[in-house]
Amino acid sequence: MKYLPLLWRNLMRRKARTLFTFLSVAVAFFLFGLLMAVKNGFEAGIEIAGQDRLLTIHKVSIIQLLPLRYLEQIRAVPGVAAATHSTWFGGVYQDPKNFFPQIAVEPEELLDLYPEYIVPSEQRQRWVATRTGAIVGRKLAERFGWQVGDRIPIQPTFWRPQDGDGDTYEFDLVGLYEGATPDVDETQLFFHHDYLMERVGDMGQVGWYVVSVADPERADEVAQAIDGLFANSPAETKTTTEKAFMQGFAQQVGNTGALLMAIVAVVFFVILLIAGNTMAQAVRERTAEVGVLKTLGFTGPTVLGLVLGESLLLVGGAAGLGLILIWLAVPGLRPLVETFLPVFYVPARSLALGASLAVALGLASGGLPAWLAMRLEIVEALRRR
Amino acid sequence: MSEALARVEAVHKVYRRGAETVDVLNGLDLEVATGEFLALMGPSGSGKTTLLNLLGGLDRPTSGRVVVGGQDLGRASGRELARWRARHVGFVFQFYNLLPVLTAERNVELPLLLTRLKRSERRRRARTALEIVGLADRASHYPSQLSGGQEQRVGIARAIVNDPTVILADEPTGDLDRATGGEILDLLVALNERHGKTVVMVTHDPLAADRATRVLHLDKGVLAEASE
Repeated sequence: MKYLPLLWRNLMRRKARTLFTFLSVAVAFFLFGLLMAVKNGFEAGIEIAGQDRLLTIHKVSIIQLLPLRYLEQIRAVPGVAAATHSTWFGGVYQDPKNFFPQIAVEPEELLDLYPEYIVPSEQRQRWVATRTGAIVGRKLAERFGWQVGDRIPIQPTFWRPQDGDGDTYEFDLVGLYEGATPDVDETQLFFHHDYLMERVGDMGQVGWYVVSVADPERADEVAQAIDGLFANSPAETKTTTEKAFMQGFAQQVGNTGALLMAIVAVVFFVILLIAGNTMAQAVRERTAEVGVLKTLGFTGPTVLGLVLGESLLLVGGAAGLGLILIWLAVPGLRPLVETFLPVFYVPARSLALGASLAVALGLASGGLPAWLAMRLEIVEALRRR
Repeated sequence: MSEALARVEAVHKVYRRGAETVDVLNGLDLEVATGEFLALMGPSGSGKTTLLNLLGGLDRPTSGRVVVGGQDLGRASGRELARWRARHVGFVFQFYNLLPVLTAERNVELPLLLTRLKRSERRRRARTALEIVGLADRASHYPSQLSGGQEQRVGIARAIVNDPTVILADEPTGDLDRATGGEILDLLVALNERHGKTVVMVTHDPLAADRATRVLHLDKGVLAEASE
């Protein structure tokens, strides 16, 4: 700490240069935080997807429906603890740009299988008891200003009602769910599968099955058993763990994580050059002063530490600012992106990674000038006044 | 003469610049007594500053021995030399060599950063050193806000703040007008006479050398003559 005033004053020697470098690093870490939030958004489902949950979809595509009668057969497979079904609704609320997932489910079975959806018990009971009832995630309710008790009209895109009671589905908002962790998608609407079947005429079909296995170690075995049941049938199935399914889904839009990390790597490499150049110039300008410090008794390692300290102060301070700014900015950015990224925040592990990168960048950018300053001969340094 | 503080024995110093070698000191012998004020004179390139650097442990002899205060400087490691300098040597430079980003007080405090003294004690000692050189009222000034003479006084305060055994001054008045130079010399004489500091000063100026208790002349790396 006693060297801090010296480090600070040295950084302030060329204010403009330090400021520009500081801002470059701060912007880079702001961008890093933003990209980490995007990456996390793409991978959020993967992180929380249980290894003990399987998804059974149509072998051709998830948009192909499966017979509802499969449910009891799946439940009878050894190793299956529980199973339910879900169906993609794909309706429009007021305007097509107001996209959010709407899924027809069996309420109690869904909440049993997804304990990460937290619903107050009285709302849960009301949902189970209300045929037109729906629950929505907290973020979705905030997005549209919905409150429990509201009636939500949704226009279907392909589940056209056949009951002659108009084209619109009217859902009674009976509850809100919150995610048990920040990675849980809180932008979905769940409603009764029975209500859907009532409107369209019971077609005896569902979108996919969610299966809970008793022993995650036997997940592959159970998945093969389920698919074996329906092999050579008109609707063959493909069963994978929910995690593998989410990974596959994320990869359909490209290897997002690798792409984002490549961008981060390029940005940091450029920042390394900028910060390294600043430190190299700063030390080169002060060659004689390094000689003076050594004359006064500062050892080579102490001089090395001073230069690295200066570099860490510059990069660390800027990185800290960048990370704090993105952390503060994310809540404001969330409404702009949550249609595409329901989960959008900078995870604590990304902030920790950012801090580690800041230290590494600080050491790397100051490393060479610090090494040269440490090795500098006093007589040679004083001669370069 | 008092007991020798520094002993230089058969010292050679050779610099290599590419394929060329330059013999700066040629078998030089010298003793510096404790408490004396020694002036080293000679033409440019005679080896004065090189000798001063060897006495201060800033450089090592190519051959021969340099022993100061019982420490054989040629045998000490870089780390040992640095610690020895911090404890025993105060340097005064021709161009002051103050850090422009630090106030006078912070410049004087610099050598004390290497000690375990608390900030308050470091500050007290820096203030005392500035008082000794008559600049207590300029403690919060930056070098750019000081005159050349005042900068050199701060340089001297920095040299004495750790209560060194010896003060090594390289052309301390070389960048100053005669009157201001005279004040700096008065200060060095006072440090020598009143505070008992051994002073070795390199100078071109015969009037400055006259203030010393002994003057040695170097020429082509050897001592040419001595005068009291």
